[in-house]
Amino acid sequence: MKINSNLVWIATLALPLAVGCGGGSKEEAPSFDAGNTAATTATTAAAAPAGAPAGAPAAATPAGGATISGKVTLAGTAPVMATLKMDADNYCKTEHPTPVKSQEVVDNNGNLQWALVYVKSGLPAGASYPVPAEPVTLDQQGCMYTPHVFGVRAGQKVKIVNSDATLHNIHPLPAVNAQFNIGMPIKGMTQEKVFDKPELPPFHIKCDVHKWMSSYCGVFSHPFFAVTDQDGNYKLTGLPAGTYVIEAWQEKYGPQDQTVTISGTDTKTQDFSYKAS
Amino acid sequence: MSRRRPSWLSLIVGAATVAAPALLFAASEPSAPWRLPEEASTYAGRVDGIFNLILWITGIVFFAVEITLLVFVFKYRAKPGGRATYTHGSNRLEVIWTIIPALILVFLAVMSQDSWAYIRNHFPASGTVIDITAEQFAWNIRYPGPDGKLDTADDVVTLNQLHFPVDKPALINLHSKDVIHSFFLPEFRIKQDAVPGMTTRVWVQAKHTGHWEIACAELCGLGHYRMKGYLTVDTPEEFQKWLTETAAENTTESK
Amino acid sequence: MSEALAVAHPHGVHPAPTSFWRKYVFSLDHKVIGIQYMSYSLFMLVIGGLLAMLVRWQLAFPGRPLTFMGKIAPAGMPGGVMLPEYYNSLFTMHATIMIFFAIMPLLIGAFGNYVVPLQIGARDMAFPRLNMMSFWTAVPGAILIIASFFVEGGAAQSGWTSYAPLSAIQPKGQTLWLLALLVLGVSSLLTAVNFITTVINLRAPGMHFFRMPLTVWALFIDAILLLLALPVLSAAMIMLLFDRILHTTFFLPAGLIVSGTAWGNAGGGQPLLWQHLFWFFGHPEVYIMILPAMGIVSDVIAVFARKPIFGYRSMAYAMCAIAGLGFVVWGHHMFQSGMNPYLGTTFMISTMVIAVPSAIKTFNWLGTLWRGQIHFTTPMLNAIAFVAMFAIGGLSGIFMASTPVDIFIHDTYFIVGHIHYVLFGGSLFGAFAGLYFWYPKMFGRKMNETWGKVHFWLTFIFFNGVMFPMHILGMRGMQRRIYDYTQYAHLKGLQPLNIFMSFSAWALGTAQIILIVNFFWSLRKGERVGNNPWKSNTLEWQTTSPPPHENFAEIPVVYHGPYEYSVPGMAQDYLPQTQPASAPLASH
Repeated sequence: MKINSNLVWIATLALPLAVGCGGGSKEEAPSFDAGNTAATTATTAAAAPAGAPAGAPAAATPAGGATISGKVTLAGTAPVMATLKMDADNYCKTEHPTPVKSQEVVDNNGNLQWALVYVKSGLPAGASYPVPAEPVTLDQQGCMYTPHVFGVRAGQKVKIVNSDATLHNIHPLPAVNAQFNIGMPIKGMTQEKVFDKPELPPFHIKCDVHKWMSSYCGVFSHPFFAVTDQDGNYKLTGLPAGTYVIEAWQEKYGPQDQTVTISGTDTKTQDFSYKAS
Repeated sequence: MSRRRPSWLSLIVGAATVAAPALLFAASEPSAPWRLPEEASTYAGRVDGIFNLILWITGIVFFAVEITLLVFVFKYRAKPGGRATYTHGSNRLEVIWTIIPALILVFLAVMSQDSWAYIRNHFPASGTVIDITAEQFAWNIRYPGPDGKLDTADDVVTLNQLHFPVDKPALINLHSKDVIHSFFLPEFRIKQDAVPGMTTRVWVQAKHTGHWEIACAELCGLGHYRMKGYLTVDTPEEFQKWLTETAAENTTESK
Repeated sequence: MSEALAVAHPHGVHPAPTSFWRKYVFSLDHKVIGIQYMSYSLFMLVIGGLLAMLVRWQLAFPGRPLTFMGKIAPAGMPGGVMLPEYYNSLFTMHATIMIFFAIMPLLIGAFGNYVVPLQIGARDMAFPRLNMMSFWTAVPGAILIIASFFVEGGAAQSGWTSYAPLSAIQPKGQTLWLLALLVLGVSSLLTAVNFITTVINLRAPGMHFFRMPLTVWALFIDAILLLLALPVLSAAMIMLLFDRILHTTFFLPAGLIVSGTAWGNAGGGQPLLWQHLFWFFGHPEVYIMILPAMGIVSDVIAVFARKPIFGYRSMAYAMCAIAGLGFVVWGHHMFQSGMNPYLGTTFMISTMVIAVPSAIKTFNWLGTLWRGQIHFTTPMLNAIAFVAMFAIGGLSGIFMASTPVDIFIHDTYFIVGHIHYVLFGGSLFGAFAGLYFWYPKMFGRKMNETWGKVHFWLTFIFFNGVMFPMHILGMRGMQRRIYDYTQYAHLKGLQPLNIFMSFSAWALGTAQIILIVNFFWSLRKGERVGNNPWKSNTLEWQTTSPPPHENFAEIPVVYHGPYEYSVPGMAQDYLPQTQPASAPLASH
């Protein structure tokens, strides 16, 4: 009799344990790039050159030889960009003696920088492309994200660096991948994260301490993506022959699709034009 | 009971124990850690006045209690053949040491209430109206623009930069977007929680121009410690100049 | 108060256990359960202390890596550098564990369970099975709270006060925190019911209420506080849990925008409601934590000053006053919260008033020492330290009772200093006094006196080294719960003081090793004792050490109060409660 009632109690108390632990993974925190507290300056990608950071050439699926390249432009008068309130943090202010403008629309004589251009559809069915071992670096420097827009492979490491001597918290807001929000208080700290599911449109990455900091990230299952440089140019290489829908995405003006057919070792030009409204 | 030490000696030792730290305290620099920070607002003096009053009263009680404890512990340590005094207490003493502390504490409450009412219950009729919306982890500060009204298109908005002129009280409305924060200016002796879903109000007037830092005083997440703002108290002319300049900087949408 | 004389139980309350499981694990014996609680709480005390050592690292050397922690907690301290969110979870869990899993189980679960039935002359608690369930409910609570460190996002990080909406939007560790405390709440309520029933119904013949030792008074009043206050916390936590997992909005107003994204809740909630509910429990909670220590200290001082307690009835009434008034002061935690300032006035008055009964008690302890024959045993040293440190903690409370001063010191280290003077300087020294005092009764051997004194002095000195400067930090405006105060120009200069405090803290932690070693060594090698090594009057010392199953061979009969020491005309300086006086005694 007594033993039974004890068992009942034990079983009842096991319930909260089940509730607390169930409904979600009790996973260990992802492993990080521990041990790197010495000041590391950003090693990669200060400004995005043409075609970077594209994936490595496909190995599993035979590499194609075709290239699609072009320009993304803005017709009309570009909107005036807001001046970023760098004086919100003394450190940021001293890093930028001259005013810094928002990167929402970076228009150089009609050429749009920071547009993400990628293959939306048309790759051979069952195509697979190995994920590069090398990480993509997202740096927090001068209270700005570098790069402002980038693409990364699903499963590829993203190495987040704080090159500033001030607190940034890295707070991506993906819809499909897992969100996280991690403090990076010390200069030189790094975090390594992986977005394991392809995701478009590119999701926003922000810092809560410095409200103007803004980056966008698209996650791809293939290596055919590029960010336009300061002349608005992009280049997608190594494409197999076929008919593709190429999409350009700009953070203010949104996506734009074009269809391109290529064969063999073609180089085709495909431009995108947005209208400043 | 034999007296081992004359009572006047105990008195001198007691007085010295109290006087020494008090004198050291008084002689120290205003920025010494054991002193309150500078008084930067017009009512900081009231707060410090009550603080110091309480410090004196509790200080005296502290020394009295601890010294009595020490004296008793030494004087009444067990000796061979000694016998404790058998008593269950004294009702008269109970009454005395109930009433006197009660009177002192009620006195402190009354003294405090005046300043509390001054700071919290009375809001100046006019001054510089400022709207501060706290969020993780920054202070969004908003001034009415030339139209004199808040929440209109010509409002002047800053991030973490608070200015107000020295000649008028600043009338601050506090809001929060997400969690509870607390607007804290130590040198001004002001602190007020910013609570989501409600507007809290606080007012303060500076004694002189200068620069200070605003701290968040309610745990609000990982960036709580860095929710630092900058206060500049200007002359009226400097303030107008700053306001106009900042309004000019705010073009189209700001991030 | 009714003077119900308990009828002695003619037969055993429960038969003596025979199997290992019944004897040592699922025991119904209050003495075994008391020792189980003691092991539980001392273990959690160590964990809580280690968390504090880590907090002090960050405060002394903000941002400096602590390499071995990089391997133990790579998520929270990558490369050994503490992340702000991890710091937030460290102080949250330090406070939570110390309050709910160390101090309360130690004072109430351990000493309460062990001592109360003995001191009132009962064979066991009124409900032995409820007692066992109470302990075994506390264990899953501890498991849940420790497990919360290992879930994604880490342990709870909104402070032990868990203010909404922050606590409503934090990751999973906060849910486990709520569940752990809900489970613990059940455990405490079962204990409370047991204590109240036991004290009312099971007192031995002659044990009127005003012949009970103050330890029993304290625990009895404590149990009533628990019974009335804890359900409010549990209700609030269930509401918060619902806000977190069922998307209710008890504490969430409309229009919340978290990190630029709308939280999407329906609205209608009020964050201040959490604070009212929490502090309605929270304030009585702090008295729940101090009262047993006050009771223990009263007993210890009387024994080792060889004198009756000065003002026994006042002491009992003062505890009742503290408990009663404790229910009407909660708003003093909310002076700056946006609560109506007129409520600030009313709560200020009630808060000032509640200082009076504590002052009365302090003067009565001094009165007990006056003209005593003081023996400086380890329990006595700890009890005297309690009086000295509680005085500081109590006096510092007066600053925050004053609403305008509180504008300045609220949420600063001044408050943290006050907390630690009353909880460590008060409750923990009181617990240490109880531990050294009742250890011989529990285990039949004394703890080593010399090492007990070494432990005491080191603890006392380093405790003050950590905690006293907190008042100074608070006066300079250093906020509490702050990961890196050196970010502020007006606080940067406080680093040397913080370094000094941290070294004191690490020394304080190290000194506890002496207690741990002494505890275990003395179990085997301590000086053996008989029934009454301290020559004390109370009933637990009138039976064997440790007491047998069912405590007393015969239910004792009580002839007078517990503090008849140094009665004139007697050869020995103590008169056990079971021994009639040869001549009429003075009344209390």
